[in-house]
Amino acid sequence: MGWLFEPGFFTSPQVYTALVIGGVTAVVSAIVGVFTVVRGQSFAGHALTDVSATGGSGALLVGVNPLAGFIVGSLAGAGAMEAAGVRHVRGRDLATGIVLGASIGVASLFLYLTTSTTATTGATQQILFGSIFVTTASTVPIVALFSVISLGIIAAIYRPLLLTSVNGDLAVAKGVPVRLVGTAFMAALALAVGLSSLAIGAILSTALLIGPSATALHLTRRISRSLILAALIGLATTWLGILLAYDSADWASGHDSLPVSFCIVGLIFVVYLASAVAAHLTTASRPVDSAGESAAYFRPVPEGDACSPGS
Amino acid sequence: MSATQHNSESAPVLAVEDVGVILSGRQILTDVSFCIDPGEFVGLIGSNGAGKTTLLRVILGLQRPSTGRVRVGEGGARDRAIGYVPQKVALDPDLPMRARDLVELGLDGHRFGVPIRQRARHQRVDEMLDAVGAQSFADARVGRLSGGEQQRVLIAHALVSGPRALLLDEPLANLDLRSGQEIVALLHKVATEQRVALLLTAHEMNPLVPVMDRIVYLAEGRAATGTTDEVVRSDVLSDLYGHHVDVVRVHGRVLVVVGSLAGADNGSVPAHPPIEVS
Repeated sequence: MGWLFEPGFFTSPQVYTALVIGGVTAVVSAIVGVFTVVRGQSFAGHALTDVSATGGSGALLVGVNPLAGFIVGSLAGAGAMEAAGVRHVRGRDLATGIVLGASIGVASLFLYLTTSTTATTGATQQILFGSIFVTTASTVPIVALFSVISLGIIAAIYRPLLLTSVNGDLAVAKGVPVRLVGTAFMAALALAVGLSSLAIGAILSTALLIGPSATALHLTRRISRSLILAALIGLATTWLGILLAYDSADWASGHDSLPVSFCIVGLIFVVYLASAVAAHLTTASRPVDSAGESAAYFRPVPEGDACSPGS
Repeated sequence: MSATQHNSESAPVLAVEDVGVILSGRQILTDVSFCIDPGEFVGLIGSNGAGKTTLLRVILGLQRPSTGRVRVGEGGARDRAIGYVPQKVALDPDLPMRARDLVELGLDGHRFGVPIRQRARHQRVDEMLDAVGAQSFADARVGRLSGGEQQRVLIAHALVSGPRALLLDEPLANLDLRSGQEIVALLHKVATEQRVALLLTAHEMNPLVPVMDRIVYLAEGRAATGTTDEVVRSDVLSDLYGHHVDVVRVHGRVLVVVGSLAGADNGSVPAHPPIEVS
């Protein structure tokens, strides 16, 4: 086992904190991510990461824990997106795009001010690309609290959220308060984005949100299994990524270790590609299931029926 | 023709009483009245824009009528008493959900909290899948089923909670002829066996004529109600439209020709629109 775990991996308090924060965040992101993908809100999720970056860099500038900034930023972004309404897809995309551009601009200002007025040299790296190895153990309880709230929201609205994600009209007919469910989900999403901004960086948190979920959705056709699978994939890639980054310090002397966020995101991407290939291979062997949308309209007609009189 | 008599034995599942709807200054519906008894199969027929979907929304409680009211069952409990299959439900082919899961959401999709596994629930879902003939594709991704198969699953979704009335908005619109016939036969069976009152909208009445107990014909925001033979007549529909309408029966099909066209009486084919064929 010595070749796998470099000396000090299990005794380093930084590694321990990183494993806890990374693991918890990965599970929350994966579960929220499944619904994000199913609801087609990946772009909204990405926009929240950018607003989250603004919050995080602002927090750093005024000397507050960046996690507070990430959370406040993404919650404010979610609130703004909800207030703007989601009636027209194109209008929503435009508004989202403009807001996320502006927020990254503001983040760059905050980061510039932080690096030029204080001695915090790694600010940009920390906010945009993650700070899991430098996060103190005192942050763990806050991470745990926000994780519980986010997953609690998902658990509370699980079935209405699912029905709304399948089809809004069906949900309305069942008496589901669609708007309320949507707003509650945005809050859960904002918390997940805030947490993953801390773990792997604001810019990269989309990867943790979407990657494991998209992978899981390739591999199963049941929502409950996709939730479990996404959580496991998120957890495995995050922990492996942390291990890889830690070990990489000893691979080439004279170099720093690989950035942990790079390792995690790289692993997520590799797993996603593998699942896409696997999904393609399995559906290719099942022609009825593989045709997707077109199968709904172009079914093979049994012989003899195609030319029956009168049709 | 507006008030409908029904058996005094069983109270109507659904009573629409003098419903009028005005949307942004436009009169969409005027004094629409009809009742549906348990197990009755009623077609809500009218051309596009006649107000069919608006009427369904009023019955579902999603649209407040400007005048009149809708009574459901013994009053109240509207959510549980009515099942609904909306028009053009587009399901994502990649949606990670089996047909069976969507039916199960019909049972408790509106409830908050995490579901607790219960054998009785699964049994109920299985019964419903059997009833609509969806058992053979119950474990396939619901978004990848054919239009007719999805329609069966949606009917099961709407019926699984045991509503007393089922509303379907244009259930035949996107189906080929044969799938449409299968769905009509299925609905007829469901209405009879489960004593569910059915109200379905269609702009084309002919596929429904053999099974419809009654018809609610909507035109110009007003409704005529009765059996097909009572309603789909030149005098009744002319009265409804406010101008002359011809009803032609050809090869067992009913054609409604709208427009005061000279020459239509002696059987020649009208040369110019507006023509409306149902």
